[in-house]
Amino acid sequence: MHNGILYLVTQDIREALLPIAGSEIIVNLTIMALGIALMFGLVTGSALIFTLLERKVCAFIQVRIGPNRVGPGGTLQSLADMLKLMSKEDIVPQGIDMWLWVLSPALIFVPSALIYAMFPFDDGVIFADVNIGLFLILAITSQSVLPFLMGGYASNSKYAMIGGMRTVAQMLAYEVPMVFALMGVVMLTGSLKMSAIVEAQTDVWFVVLQPLAFLIFMVAALVESNRPPFNIVEGESEIIAGPFTEYTGMRWALFFLAEFANLLSISIMTTTLFLGGWHGPEFLPGMVWFAIKVMIMVLVYQWIGWTFPRLRIDHMLTFGWKVLLPIALVNVLLTGIGIYVFNWL
Amino acid sequence: MEVVDIVPPELKDNVIVTSVDALFKWARGNSIWPLSSGLACCSIEMMCSAAARFDLARFGYEVFRSCPRQSDLLIVAGTLTWKMTPPLIRLYEEMPEPKYVIAMGNCNIGGGPFSDSYSVVKGLDQILPVDIYLPGCPPRPEALIDAMLKLKKKIQHPEVARRAE
Repeated sequence: MHNGILYLVTQDIREALLPIAGSEIIVNLTIMALGIALMFGLVTGSALIFTLLERKVCAFIQVRIGPNRVGPGGTLQSLADMLKLMSKEDIVPQGIDMWLWVLSPALIFVPSALIYAMFPFDDGVIFADVNIGLFLILAITSQSVLPFLMGGYASNSKYAMIGGMRTVAQMLAYEVPMVFALMGVVMLTGSLKMSAIVEAQTDVWFVVLQPLAFLIFMVAALVESNRPPFNIVEGESEIIAGPFTEYTGMRWALFFLAEFANLLSISIMTTTLFLGGWHGPEFLPGMVWFAIKVMIMVLVYQWIGWTFPRLRIDHMLTFGWKVLLPIALVNVLLTGIGIYVFNWL
Repeated sequence: MEVVDIVPPELKDNVIVTSVDALFKWARGNSIWPLSSGLACCSIEMMCSAAARFDLARFGYEVFRSCPRQSDLLIVAGTLTWKMTPPLIRLYEEMPEPKYVIAMGNCNIGGGPFSDSYSVVKGLDQILPVDIYLPGCPPRPEALIDAMLKLKKKIQHPEVARRAE
């Protein structure tokens, strides 16, 4: 039933390993470990590449050249930045809550990395195809609020505390319209299973059937991942660097990398839920279509980020509660009527 | 003080330490993140150097952090008065090592046009250790980029600075 190229390759590896390992369980575990290592490398590697991509896209939009001196075409720029951040002094401020302060940059990567288990990358290639996949993704992403608040609270700094509370307000406010927007997708599919959602988009992508939900989801996803123009978490002119104010060197770099890992995950979510996942014309394998769509979405999110000015916190929250949430509810109603009419015809 | 200097003499030939040192020197020189700390008119030129015509980003120096905890370079851009001195010193102290200072403009070299004023600091080196002196009133963006490249040279070849002492 599955004919994705990645799935077939995995099957080949499985068959090659079976005589060596002997037992089915060991083969399965080996494949899992390989996949997890690959996934982790992909997330951290793409976060490093996206920092450079972000600077290049920003430069392109602002009619500049961007990094082009360090390495060929500036490709080693993010490597130099990371090495420098590693070699910086590690300042630990006085009066901090040490456990929370140390844990916060480490924990911020957990939700970003965990949700990759539920993404279908190709036909049949998904780590955990649970029947509440979408629900689980939403539940895990909402946990990413906590490390921000922990870091802000533990830093013993006014700016960091206000920044942490802002993050909570912002993420919780946009969680609600996002969930209601995704309700339309679930209603059309009739399932929360991620593979079923992609399967349902074989003929028509959900961006055609759910244009309103797509727009709401894009805005809410930008807010959830603290991307510009909604990056008021570290609005420089107001609260310096928000929850990260007291973090130096590598600790701060982890926050920084997590932001770019989130950029990848919201692009994957947009692709999976609205742009047909790995579906595409036959001449390219599904995995390649998936990668192309995800990269286009990354560029679109960066384009949005560098085109619009940063919003004010009260404007943003008002927009979330008073505009996006009602529209999302109306979208649920319209979808319901649409399904009823479609069944009646 | 470089890593090479604190290596005990019997381990001087340790190749790994010196190689790591060279790697970090390369990284530090290519990734100088300035603190956005404009005091007066020189800061207009500082902003201009990051904009489209001069594009500081080509060298990877365009990441103007607003938080001293994450920045490497303090560009004192503009006239420094005695009243502004305590906050500036505090900002400098909040930056993590290794940190560098550029005294931008004539005011920070010897008081500039305000050298007979009671309120102006006659030279930034009276209060902070200065790495690069950048003359001009105000210095053009090219001059600031040149100063940062000189700083890169100083970071990557510390012996140049030691010889000048």
